[in-house]
Amino acid sequence: MAFPTSSPSSVPGALKTLLWPLAALLLLLAFNAVTSDFFLHVEMRDGRLYGTLIDILNQGAKVMILAVGMTLVIATGGVDLSVGSVMAIAGALAAVLAADAHAGLWLILPACLGLAAVLGSVNGWLVSGLKLQPIIATLILMVTGRGAAKLLTGNDISPVRTITFDFPPLRFLGSGHVLGVPFSIVLVALIFGLTVLIFRRTALGLFLEATGNNETAARFAGLPAARVKVLAYAWCGLCAGLAGLVETGNLGACDPEQTGQMMELDAIFAVVAGGTVLTGGRFSLAGSILGALLIQTLTHTLLAHQVRPTVMPVYKAVVILALCLLHSPKFRAQLARLRPRRAAAGI
Amino acid sequence: MNLLRHRWLLPMATAVILTALWLGAGMRYDNLLSVRVFSNLLGNNAVIGVAAVGMTFVLLAGGIDLSVGAVVAFTSIFIASQMRGGMGASAVMAAALAIGTVFGALQGLMIQGYRLPAFLVTLGGMFLMRGLAFMVSEESIAITSPLYSALQERGIPLAAGVQLPLTAVLFLGVIALGALVAHGTRFGRNVYALGGSEPSALLMGLPVARVRVAVYALSGFCAALAGAALTVQSGAGNATNSQGLELEAISAAVIGGTLLSGGRGYIVGTLLGVLVAGLIRTVINFAGNVPAAWQSIAVGGLLLAFILLQKLIARRAPV
Repeated sequence: MAFPTSSPSSVPGALKTLLWPLAALLLLLAFNAVTSDFFLHVEMRDGRLYGTLIDILNQGAKVMILAVGMTLVIATGGVDLSVGSVMAIAGALAAVLAADAHAGLWLILPACLGLAAVLGSVNGWLVSGLKLQPIIATLILMVTGRGAAKLLTGNDISPVRTITFDFPPLRFLGSGHVLGVPFSIVLVALIFGLTVLIFRRTALGLFLEATGNNETAARFAGLPAARVKVLAYAWCGLCAGLAGLVETGNLGACDPEQTGQMMELDAIFAVVAGGTVLTGGRFSLAGSILGALLIQTLTHTLLAHQVRPTVMPVYKAVVILALCLLHSPKFRAQLARLRPRRAAAGI
Repeated sequence: MNLLRHRWLLPMATAVILTALWLGAGMRYDNLLSVRVFSNLLGNNAVIGVAAVGMTFVLLAGGIDLSVGAVVAFTSIFIASQMRGGMGASAVMAAALAIGTVFGALQGLMIQGYRLPAFLVTLGGMFLMRGLAFMVSEESIAITSPLYSALQERGIPLAAGVQLPLTAVLFLGVIALGALVAHGTRFGRNVYALGGSEPSALLMGLPVARVRVAVYALSGFCAALAGAALTVQSGAGNATNSQGLELEAISAAVIGGTLLSGGRGYIVGTLLGVLVAGLIRTVINFAGNVPAAWQSIAVGGLLLAFILLQKLIARRAPV
């Protein structure tokens, strides 16, 4: 067994799953606290919380939201590579609606989130209905989606256009504050709570895990495996759409080329780091949130040590590949074999 | 006989589409049916094409390699920066090809040795290589070398004033060599066997581990070669080059009839696939007023259509 199993009913099991990402996060936080004087400093200014830790939470909101949806897809044994492009589409649509059509939030929110969920369910249909490999099915949307986002924002004069808007309600989604807390964090809490409610407080989560474990067996047991999969991808699309709105709202602009670029790896990283196994069958939503915080703290640490943003993927890739190796039973066996030998050499 | 027809059905469908597209567009735009456009088509798609040959081998073996675009970008900026640093052209090329091959082999080792999912390892590889490319240089570096200007000017004369660029010659050469390796060597047969069914390949005593690592190494080599071709074509290296090239390479192979589940496909089909996608781009350029964003949508749509066609055929004839 690569990682400790968790079942939703047993609390100690769930805690055990969270132990690894939590330990890694605390270690990274401790490293930062030692190397930087202001790291743990949080203060109230103009009724808003300020500080590096708040920044990490705020900046990490997108990854956390994405990771929640990605967890469900990975639990079914799939993966969604299109989340970055869906972010761009939702962001582009929101920016166009706000800047050009002067629509209200009552139209922007359902339109963007609805479109994102529909795109997600198309992914799910390709995977469960047409039996395409999840990588390929979502790769198609990953590439065409970015083209579609460019079409949404582009016009005859400039085909690839960054749309800026001045629409306070949409900006609030990404940069507003409620009781001093950044609104993006409130959104994370909302989507996390809602997901836990839907997938953990009902039997749906078990259906997901059963489908991910063995789809044929799940179908024979009478579970609507295909529909469960579509729902997981649709929810993942919805989360990606929300993340796109947060990013667009935060910037007050949407650049279809840059929105959500390379976010898919961060999301997958967060889920894997959180203890959800890539082969599917079991998942931990809280673990994914911890994983997302871990990658955001890593990003922050690298930035604080003058690593250029463009070079950042090198470090992230090394960490994620190391993490995957730690998941591999064979690698763990090799490590275990190595340890006594080293001890013997020490004597 | 029936089986044979099925096997060639997908490449033949691609050939029909290619011809129809060409003739149809040629009727609309006069200059499209010229030798010059054809030679440009081969030259402009040489980078994708060379990488796609490596990708085809990976797909045939039942794997996937998402790192090729980043490897192309890294190779291009590596070559440009080293040549600016005063290293000889041939030494730089050899080093770049070696790096690509070793990098591919390492990915293969992780996939084979530790049973990690190919998409995850190569996705990690993609981010690693893209980041390394930016580490070499954030800005584009121009290559000023007499050898390069000679390479850019040379070509095989096709008609008056039209010559086939050397990158196109390289592309066709890699296709020919790839077809030879796939159909005429023991390694090629092992690749097909591995992609067809890994348990059977193991039971037959084929060196599955070595073949899988070799396939990823080959893909890394082809990507590095494509990166070298890109420096010749553009006369510069740039870390932002070839974003999304991996999907174009996968599309080319799939449109050319390679099955995503592995075990079936043809290198020549990949040539057709590259030409179809390239022709769509050319036609969109000829049309002028169509946003460039339609290119990725058109290629993605075509890819989806071909995957659906494959599903249909696979259901009818479970070979």
